[in-house]
Amino acid sequence: MKKLTAFLLTLLLAFGLVACGGEDKKDDAGTENVTDNTADDTADNTADDTADDTADTTVDVQAKSEGVMTYAEYAAADIDTQVVIEAFVQGKQAYYESQGTATVYAQDADGAYFMYDMTCAAEDYDKLTVGTKIKVTGYKAEWSGEVEIVDATFEIMEGTWVAEAKDVTSLLGTDDLINSQNQLVKFAGLTVAPSTGADGSEVAWTYGWDASGQEGDDLYFNVSINDQTYQFLVESYLCGSDSDVYKAVKELKVGDTVDLEGFLYWYNGVNPHITSVTVK
Amino acid sequence: MMKLVKKMSRVFLLAGISLFALTGCHGSKDRTSFEIPGEFDTSKNYEITFWAKNDTNITQTKIYEKAIEDFEAIYPNIKVNLRLYTDYGKIYNDVITNIATDTTPNVCITYPDHIATYMTGEDTVVPLDELMVDEKYGLGGSEVLFDGPTKDEIIPQFLKEGVLNNVQYALPYMRSTEACYINKTYVEALGYTIPDVLTWDFIWEVSEAAMKTDADGNFLVNGQNIMIPFIYKSTDNMMIQMLKQKEAGYSDENGNIFIFNDTTKDILYTVAEHVKTKAFSTFKISSYPGNFLNAGQCIFAIDSTAGATWLGTDAPLSDIHEDQIVEFETVVRMIPQFDTNNPKMISQGPSVCIFNKENKQEVLASWLFTQYLLTNEVQIAYSQTEGYVPVTLKAQNSAEYQDYLSRSGEDNDLYYSIKIDAAKLLLEHVGDTFVTPVFNGSASLRNAAGQMIENVAKSTRRKEVVDDAYMDKLYSDMVSLYRLNLEGGSMAEGKADLGKLPTASVALIATLATVWGLMIVYVVHEKAKKKRKS
Repeated sequence: MKKLTAFLLTLLLAFGLVACGGEDKKDDAGTENVTDNTADDTADNTADDTADDTADTTVDVQAKSEGVMTYAEYAAADIDTQVVIEAFVQGKQAYYESQGTATVYAQDADGAYFMYDMTCAAEDYDKLTVGTKIKVTGYKAEWSGEVEIVDATFEIMEGTWVAEAKDVTSLLGTDDLINSQNQLVKFAGLTVAPSTGADGSEVAWTYGWDASGQEGDDLYFNVSINDQTYQFLVESYLCGSDSDVYKAVKELKVGDTVDLEGFLYWYNGVNPHITSVTVK
Repeated sequence: MMKLVKKMSRVFLLAGISLFALTGCHGSKDRTSFEIPGEFDTSKNYEITFWAKNDTNITQTKIYEKAIEDFEAIYPNIKVNLRLYTDYGKIYNDVITNIATDTTPNVCITYPDHIATYMTGEDTVVPLDELMVDEKYGLGGSEVLFDGPTKDEIIPQFLKEGVLNNVQYALPYMRSTEACYINKTYVEALGYTIPDVLTWDFIWEVSEAAMKTDADGNFLVNGQNIMIPFIYKSTDNMMIQMLKQKEAGYSDENGNIFIFNDTTKDILYTVAEHVKTKAFSTFKISSYPGNFLNAGQCIFAIDSTAGATWLGTDAPLSDIHEDQIVEFETVVRMIPQFDTNNPKMISQGPSVCIFNKENKQEVLASWLFTQYLLTNEVQIAYSQTEGYVPVTLKAQNSAEYQDYLSRSGEDNDLYYSIKIDAAKLLLEHVGDTFVTPVFNGSASLRNAAGQMIENVAKSTRRKEVVDDAYMDKLYSDMVSLYRLNLEGGSMAEGKADLGKLPTASVALIATLATVWGLMIVYVVHEKAKKKRKS
């Protein structure tokens, strides 16, 4: 009996250790992908998906819950006041694991919102796919002209909706452009204008605003229309070096005519974060 | 039963040994401490990676590239791969992640606070004491193929900043401090004269005076509808320096944390007072101080001397459109002081550390490259890109560097006067600089120091009540948010969540508990049986 008991207990322990061994491998594999930008889930295909994903006719997904601001109320709210909004995720810019925060573009039928460093658990970040409806509570802030919601928390709501990119080509250079801030927008028929490369030569794009960067950094490029030149960029946290748009911009040539799509970010002026490019 | 216990003990012992062995295997490559090879083997090729930080400045990138090119020409068997970062925090995060997979860079620009965390891995960072004095390959060693500095030629104060637990783990690469960039035109328009040494009282007073508006809401001093008279870039530094100037507690070498004291509270109340009137703001809340200063929307901008090329009407670099830049006279001063006779300012700037590798020759190659970063060619060129100062006397005293300093204002590029004034400020006040104690957790404490100012500022702007109860909660929130252990460092750097226990661990613990449970049941059962028999 004693022998049998000892044998059974040893067997049980051995099973425990075996289970442990199997799991170790899985953990190792999981830690290998150390420098990959994981925050590249953008609204690349939003225009194509719009028709399929818009609200069904029986439920108004755009309807606001009780206590939630309309976009107009949000736009009218003072900086530093608490805001509660409901909107649909259109793009994810970054997830900061060490902080447990996410930076997200969201939009409703009337306007767009930029949630900066919103509290978000890693498992919830995966749920923030394009179209997901979220209710956000935070504070309205402004940083270098970019109006955003900070110190925010969110909850996922029922319903999905994907915005169609709004054509703001004609608004470039006008005071009205800012009214579309943070929205998914498109620009048609722009011409790629020269930038100055690291060696002083004329190039179509640069790593970093002054060509001081490397592969994986933000890509900057100039585009012109109506004799005005604007600087656009591929924000590497939003669309990393593996993304189609990052690769496509690196293929641009000065003089190319392009259609562009992206989020209308602001930094001391318009600073669009491009998510797709089509060379005509 | 004793037999069984013995048997089981043996099983547990074996299990324990296996467990330790398994744990030891995980993430380790059986690396040993670094020992200096007798000779550097030039018959073999070595490829090393260098993770560097630049201030989004193409000249700095080019200097790194040239340094690598020149070094590779001297040592053709060493190839250096450069990876550029624009943010110390990102380097730190990537290093931490790569320690786990043993894919750290060979040479890395870093802060001593960060090295303290890197060192939680065994033999991760190479101690430099023996390397520095090695006859052949040490600083100024006989087999070093370039004209680098000797140990004595590194500014002792800067060198000391890389010492942790009495061991040299980092060499200084560049040094900077913070400076106050001032719109002198506006200060004088408000009826004040800028003193040689600024005081906090002076800055607060002028800032409040600048808040007067006309009937349309435009500020009298600049005629614009935006004016934030005082903006601080690094609130971590703001709190740390204010506490140091007041000789109040912050932390000690053993990792004891003293920051949650009454002086800190007083500082935070002062911050709240001036945020309330909107005379003060921070980079995190508003944006870069330089952008506001250059647009005539700020009077006192406190930023690193390593950011000097972005500040002032004639700054060679700018983030705002040309038509937004306002003409004014810019002057540079030390950060404001509480005691003008005993000024205190932080010493900061990049240091370099070397990560240990299995191949000792590869580590030696890394060391040679690290030394090369201290040559005059690299030191002088890099320091001229910003308001940095070289970390060696050899470079500082060179004719080339002295000539550079003497030509301040010749142009608004290499000889941009504000940049050179900022560098001179540090050169003249090296003896007034300080660094905070480094320990595992010091980076978190630094974050908490700044976060308290940010939180108070945000709460004040949001019209929340900032009183003693608020402060008590703030202190307690900081302790938990940054996992600060008040009696010795932090429980963990940052806010890293260890997450749920892995399934395997749960299974193992459950098994152990079950086995022990069964053993106890068995013992009790045997005892009861014995009792019944007797």
